[in-house]
Amino acid sequence: MEAYTEKIREAAQRLLKENKVDLVMGFQRGTIPMMSQPVLIRKANEGERLHWDSHCGSNLANYLPKRKERIAVVAKGCDSRNIVVQILENQIRREQLYIIGVPCLGMIDRRQVLGALQGREPLSVSETNAHLVIQGKGFEEKLERSLFLQDNCAICIHRNPVLFDELVAEPVPEQTEVDRYEDVKGIEKMTADERWQYFRELLGPCIRCYACRNACPMCYCPTCFVDESTPQWLGKSIDPTDTTTFHFLRAYHLAGRCTDCGNCQRVCPVGINMRQLNKKLEKEIKERYGYETGRSIEQRPPLDTYRPDDAQQFFK
Amino acid sequence: MGIEPGRLHFSWISSAEASKFVEVARAVSDEVRKTGPSSKLIKKLPEVA
Repeated sequence: MEAYTEKIREAAQRLLKENKVDLVMGFQRGTIPMMSQPVLIRKANEGERLHWDSHCGSNLANYLPKRKERIAVVAKGCDSRNIVVQILENQIRREQLYIIGVPCLGMIDRRQVLGALQGREPLSVSETNAHLVIQGKGFEEKLERSLFLQDNCAICIHRNPVLFDELVAEPVPEQTEVDRYEDVKGIEKMTADERWQYFRELLGPCIRCYACRNACPMCYCPTCFVDESTPQWLGKSIDPTDTTTFHFLRAYHLAGRCTDCGNCQRVCPVGINMRQLNKKLEKEIKERYGYETGRSIEQRPPLDTYRPDDAQQFFK
Repeated sequence: MGIEPGRLHFSWISSAEASKFVEVARAVSDEVRKTGPSSKLIKKLPEVA
């Protein structure tokens, strides 16, 4: 996907020169391998900093809510769906945005690559369509790209942007033979006690750093419920009661809004797969309302509309 | 999340439905009493030696 870089630079320079936008949000090379980082470009001659590879897993939609400028934003499939939700929730206006769509083949999970290197430090990483080539002091490894995808990318069914003003390449084939809910179904089958134990272990390592919340493009509340002090809804400790409550409540706040972009899991310093909570709610919304988050700006989400036949079998 | 079935209830009661409220509140408290004291979501204060 490195070939996209030229196209993105060209689009950014053109848009800034023609004064169509005030700034371009994209990625630049990080200071260490496999860590491409978000960058805001305001001048056409800075466009050369823009870069694209398989390590652009961060979600740029996270930087959009409430901005006033005219913005060109580089968006993968998931990012574009988050932008749709933000437009639906009045966090940004469609007219402000110029979406540079990137058909995506999945992003690389840096931790899995580092695991495969068994302690050897990568000094440079390049890629072809099917492989990653990793070079370090005294070694070179060629890894098959598809085996090192982020978990959410491996089961992604919307790789192509759903909303865009231009695409940097032809759309890529969508994955159809994937079961998005394999793990969730397993948890559903557990008894209450097994589930309790499972979540204890899943969320046990949490240190309450809130990186998942900060990285989430849907967590844009001016004051998050965990930060409020009058009243204080939630204890500040890492007691399992507090960490569990934090993760479950955050998941509920994302019901019908999460696109499984995977940014939460990607940024978690202790590697918690909190996406399982979000995927359960995604599954519920799909089954009850036949709705997939962020597919279109024409359709209101089921949780902000009322229909007399809305499913409510859990009510007495 | 693994809370015992019977401990958590949902209902929709309008402010005009006093008798339904009474009914549901009774049913809920009976149900929860049957489930016994909760051992989950209990926070222990830090213990000092």
